[in-house]
Amino acid sequence: MCGAPPAGLSLEGIDVSKETVIQGVVILDGQPVPSAYVRLLDGSGEFTAEVVSSASGQFRFFARPGDWTLRALSSKGTGEVRVHAQQGTPVETEVAISH
Amino acid sequence: MSRSDVLVDADWAEAHLDDPKVVFVEVDEDVSAYDKGHIRGAVRLDWKSELQDQVKRDFVDKASFEGLMSAKGISSDDTIVLYGGNNNWFAAYAYWYFKLYGHRDVRLLDGGRKKWELDSREQTEAVTPRPATSYTASGPRTDIRAFRDEVVAAIGTQNLVDVRSPDEFSGRLLAPAHLPQEQSQRAGHIPTARNIPWSKTAADDGTFRSDDALRKLYEGEGVDLSRDTIAYCRIGERSAHTWFVLHELLDLPNVKNYDGSWTEYGSLVGVPIEKDV
Repeated sequence: MCGAPPAGLSLEGIDVSKETVIQGVVILDGQPVPSAYVRLLDGSGEFTAEVVSSASGQFRFFARPGDWTLRALSSKGTGEVRVHAQQGTPVETEVAISH
Repeated sequence: MSRSDVLVDADWAEAHLDDPKVVFVEVDEDVSAYDKGHIRGAVRLDWKSELQDQVKRDFVDKASFEGLMSAKGISSDDTIVLYGGNNNWFAAYAYWYFKLYGHRDVRLLDGGRKKWELDSREQTEAVTPRPATSYTASGPRTDIRAFRDEVVAAIGTQNLVDVRSPDEFSGRLLAPAHLPQEQSQRAGHIPTARNIPWSKTAADDGTFRSDDALRKLYEGEGVDLSRDTIAYCRIGERSAHTWFVLHELLDLPNVKNYDGSWTEYGSLVGVPIEKDV
């Protein structure tokens, strides 16, 4: 899960050593989903942040080390994935949505 | 004041797209969102470059606000319907700002841009020009805006509602998690503040919960709604959303938004801070 794949958002300009990055892409049937609302929920399920996926379905959060849930909401469906984040090692993940 | 005086749903908005006395205004944290598509006829307002003084940290003054509204083609007697991304955070901030300068009829679009998109309602990239007006403002009101000294004085005497996420409240994060965390101010919260995140007031699609559910939320967290209240967050936009809930939806008097919020309080010398980590 760790280590940026070729499709990951560029980390240029971000001090990765100081940040706890969670990023990835929202997909439906293997295709990226733009304009999906991606929520970051903490270990107790509480809302922490929300972003809109880019034209290529990508999103990014600056969190803290620990367990998180990503929930994607779009007009095409919803999806959820759990991740474990660490400082200094960006998490790259996919959130698959279904109808 | 009832809910329908301050909040409209998407159906109402669609039915008023061509109403000459209704002006839709989009306000986003991401100011480029408007370019990718917006409600037909909507005017863009840039919360940073247009609503903030570009030198000192404060609002633009009344004359500048009048000039801005006039250039946007907004009249004092227009019904303004505000909406935006981020669950209407910045639209709520603009709502509060318009009230500060005395605009009579301002409303929020329930669910904002998100609900509009999730419903797959019509959007356009075309910008509709509006002829300039001669806008007259009043104020600025001080009964809905809190400044730092009254916030410090409110510790233990008024309701302080911290609407940031639990991780920001506890000091584990310094900013909402869609922003880099490197910040200059101290982490934590104002002593005696209750942490009632703005997100508890809205459903996943960004629409507000019922008045009954909202009242129960605050009372359930031990907030005495008969007391005066100050809401704060990091820069005052999420707390404007909660100010809207308390002052406009629940119609409570004496609710102020502290727009200096944590970026000011967490940088003050000598003020008390509570921190959980």
